[in-house]
Amino acid sequence: MYSSSDLRKGLKIEIDGDPYEIVDFQFVKPGKGQALYRCKIKNLLTGATLDRTFRAADKIGKPDLEERDMIYSYPDGDQYVFMDAATYDTVTVSGDLLGIRKYFLEGDMEVKILFHNGRPIDIALPFFVEKKVARTEPGVRGDTATNVTKPAQLENGYELQVPLFINEGDVVRIDTRTGKYVDRVSKG
Amino acid sequence: MNASNDGVDIEWAWHELVGACRDFFALHGYCEVFTPVMIPAPAMEENIDAVPCQDGYLRTSPELQMKILITRGHGRIFQIGPCFRLGELGPLHQPEFLMLEWYRTRCTHLDVLLETRCLLQAILRRLEESGRLPPGDNHLGLKGSWETVTVREAFLRSAGWDPIAEFDADRFWSDLVLKVEPDLPSEAPVVLTDYPSAAGGFARRKHEDPRVAERWELYIGGVEIANGCAEIISRQEQLQRFQQSADYRRRHGKALYPLDEEFLSAIDRIPPCAGVALGLNRLLMVLLGFKSLDELTPPPHALQVGRSKQIDT
Repeated sequence: MYSSSDLRKGLKIEIDGDPYEIVDFQFVKPGKGQALYRCKIKNLLTGATLDRTFRAADKIGKPDLEERDMIYSYPDGDQYVFMDAATYDTVTVSGDLLGIRKYFLEGDMEVKILFHNGRPIDIALPFFVEKKVARTEPGVRGDTATNVTKPAQLENGYELQVPLFINEGDVVRIDTRTGKYVDRVSKG
Repeated sequence: MNASNDGVDIEWAWHELVGACRDFFALHGYCEVFTPVMIPAPAMEENIDAVPCQDGYLRTSPELQMKILITRGHGRIFQIGPCFRLGELGPLHQPEFLMLEWYRTRCTHLDVLLETRCLLQAILRRLEESGRLPPGDNHLGLKGSWETVTVREAFLRSAGWDPIAEFDADRFWSDLVLKVEPDLPSEAPVVLTDYPSAAGGFARRKHEDPRVAERWELYIGGVEIANGCAEIISRQEQLQRFQQSADYRRRHGKALYPLDEEFLSAIDRIPPCAGVALGLNRLLMVLLGFKSLDELTPPPHALQVGRSKQIDT
């Protein structure tokens, strides 16, 4: 258990069985009165944020969270299998949890998986991946306006917006946190 | 209110602020005193924790030592000096701050409230004349009339219950912060008065209603700046208050402090008096238009990462 004086931004706590991260923290106290710890907390399972105020005497749950270095092995339908780099244990992560990140997985990719009570709840990929553009319309010649984009598709079907000068066969860098185009790595 | 928080402006604003306080009290016949910062025992208050230092503590306020001076015959004394509070760190709290505290005999808590108004006028005048604040501005309504609200009225209006009729410490302090204070007008100074005696610090109880303490709190720009009260002058009442605080602290797992025997043996000789404690950092913060004390003085880095914990003594 944590006591309220342990509370700070970034600390992970447990409320009603769910893990939360403190995203904002404020100490308030009337001169002669009790201290209050006003927090904005984010549910690590649902992403929902809420306000919660703790008193000096409160005891706050400590979640069973563990981050493990894992290596991506192979897909199994819409399930994705990872292997623990140290113990060789395998863990299956659903496509739902991965979201768009499933399009950026590559064989032997090193990732970090966050477990809550032994269950995977979040996964961190390398920030950037390089992918080949499989399909895109040729850019309209003469249109040099910046910030104009067109749709493109990767070999695995992921769609993103790219600048007009990108052609089929080009390799582009993508930010795995946002799923957005960053820059061109090489021409096809 | 557009003083910049870089360069040398802040030091000059401090200089004028403290200078204005000294001049004001000198003009009104006060003696500036300097009592120890390291003390054997802080006042036992419910929710104020002291930083241990060697065999004693750093003072949380100069209250007990100044009251001892009053029993030796001083009629008007003031002090400007650092005070320390354990575990307090936030936009409106730093573990070290500069306190202005003054005591005056043979007067009421309302007399020292009037004096506080005069002091603030003198401070504004000095800051304007020295170019630290733009002249002509009303400065958070300080030049206009101040609003006075009793704690009972404020709670009935904003929290829906009467803490005088029935006091509940947990509910009182959290409703004060979460419901009552946000409802106070911030465009004019507000004085909250007539605190429940259990939330009254060491204020004397009202003769006609002992559930009420003769204590007020001044809010400027919505921030608690000063508190004043008519002081307890009976050893028995003071012991009773220390005892209540000790019980509360024991229940909440907080450190208990030894009783200051010198103070207790002197208190029966204290004449009726009233006093005010005013946080100078917060006052300067609101006058300069800052939202956080950090804009005035960044707290040492070590204090930001590892907030002090309660220490059992």
